[in-house]
Amino acid sequence: MNTTRNKIILYAAILAVTIAAPFLFPTYGTQLATLWLMIIVALTWDMTGGQMGYNSLGNIFFYGTGMYVAAIVAIGMYFNVGAYTDASGGKLFEFTRHQYFVGMLVGTLAAGVFCSLSAVVIGFLTFGLRGPYFAIGTLGVAIAGGELVANWDWVGGGQGIALPVYPGDLDQGKDFFYFCFAITGVAVFLFVRWLYQTRFGAAINAIRDDEEKADAMGIHTLRYKLVTWAMAAFFVGIAGAISAFQLIHFEPIETAYQTINLGIFMVVCVLLGGKGTLWGPVVGAILFHVIKEVTWNYFLGWQWVALGALIIVTVVYFKDGVMGYLAHTRPEWFGIRVEGKAGEKAS
Amino acid sequence: MSDVIIDVQGVSKAFGGIQANSDVSMQVARGGITGLIGPNGSGKTTLFNSIVGYHPIDAGSIKFENREISTLKVQQIARLGLLRTFQQTRIYGKMNCVENMLISMPHRKMSLWDALKKNTPEDYERADQLLEFVGLYEKRFLLSGDLSFGQQKLLEFAMALMNEPTCLLLDEPTAGINPTLINGLIDRLKRANEEFGITLFVIEHNMRVIMNLAETIYCLAHGEMLAQGTPDEIQNDQRVIDAYLGAH
Repeated sequence: MNTTRNKIILYAAILAVTIAAPFLFPTYGTQLATLWLMIIVALTWDMTGGQMGYNSLGNIFFYGTGMYVAAIVAIGMYFNVGAYTDASGGKLFEFTRHQYFVGMLVGTLAAGVFCSLSAVVIGFLTFGLRGPYFAIGTLGVAIAGGELVANWDWVGGGQGIALPVYPGDLDQGKDFFYFCFAITGVAVFLFVRWLYQTRFGAAINAIRDDEEKADAMGIHTLRYKLVTWAMAAFFVGIAGAISAFQLIHFEPIETAYQTINLGIFMVVCVLLGGKGTLWGPVVGAILFHVIKEVTWNYFLGWQWVALGALIIVTVVYFKDGVMGYLAHTRPEWFGIRVEGKAGEKAS
Repeated sequence: MSDVIIDVQGVSKAFGGIQANSDVSMQVARGGITGLIGPNGSGKTTLFNSIVGYHPIDAGSIKFENREISTLKVQQIARLGLLRTFQQTRIYGKMNCVENMLISMPHRKMSLWDALKKNTPEDYERADQLLEFVGLYEKRFLLSGDLSFGQQKLLEFAMALMNEPTCLLLDEPTAGINPTLINGLIDRLKRANEEFGITLFVIEHNMRVIMNLAETIYCLAHGEMLAQGTPDEIQNDQRVIDAYLGAH
């Protein structure tokens, strides 16, 4: 059918832009990488927030934890972590090229796995909370995580950790991190696109709309909630790990467990683009990132005011976001049918 | 008929100073239709909620297929195949009827691995068949929140059937349904019982409905089991008549 062809063309175009972007706009390499990071955290936030109805303000915990786990694993594979952080990343410890990439790969995977497991543990403790209580509870976890790490000298305390610089040409390094984020972002998108089409996807929607009814229908609500959050945390942990190597130096409160920046931005992205939709988080992340950069460049000093205004306007007047608005005004774009003709297959 | 699927023995439940159920005993026969009647406030819904694990009971025992369930939670009981519908109908209003049906797939029979698969064409077919069965096939792409209250009740019933329960507890299935639809509903309840082999346990206010439907009827009054018997026996039981006419 025509719509299938259009979809393939759309996906191919997006893929082409994704690959060509860093070469077309070389000066914006880091910006584009950050955009992909926003897309990843927005898509994963929507898994619980939009699709399952659990608005977490603590997903940033997995970002920060991912950073630390990746750094500790990568360093620990070759050196003594305590001695390394004592030297504040001085020239005493040099990674070879081989060590850098192997350390990064292993560290990133370890970060994903560790964050998944910690999501199960935190989820077990917090999924009894509902609505705003869950949001505040998870926010508490993220803040506590930052404070704990900031007071732990073995991992550098409040100074954070300085990782080795990308071994090679720095411009090439920018492209490298861009593609790390882009590949992860595409993987997350394809993953959630598949997930929302499964019975599991329908079940977490049921939890969002009426959890008591879902319980009464015998859906394994707690199990599904834990698995969903663990999946989201896996990808956020990986994104955090890549960030750690991209930023080279990071510290706990402002960079890793940055509750007031990225921790809130991911929620705003989803609200702006449309909660509980496949494309909403992507559209929202792009819009938000552009708005944020424009305000930073042209309204310096007022940028937080502008972002605050954006959040208020979105929450009060634009609850359904861009995709929600389009689904209302252009239902045919989304294949939403009202009356089925007799004999027609349900889709 | 001698096979008992739900066995309630000496169940008591109080909310603060109000004794909602006291020493209630009853049995639901496997494969049959059992009715529960009683005046308003007689403790019918409380007994239902006790059976499905909505709240803990103060005393007594509840067994489902010879297994003690009075200490289990709602989800655990639902996963044993004992399902309930709600008096205030609960459906997913922002989804269309087909989506509502697919959500009701029997997750208790699925491993996590099965859940991570897409619905098969057979699942869609079964959803369509059951919607046809309750007469909602033409409306299947409507948002279920836009359906009338009676149609929502029918949808909830179809969702329950989709879940393939062993035993289904229906809390006032005909309340709020217009009289012409009621006959159709009685017929469908009977067919669900006969064709799908689902044991039904029904709370009902409408005497005409319950007398047509159930094989055994229990009558509660003031939280106590007042009488039990066939529809004929219940209709002619002086205690039941007194309870309904307020002679107590």
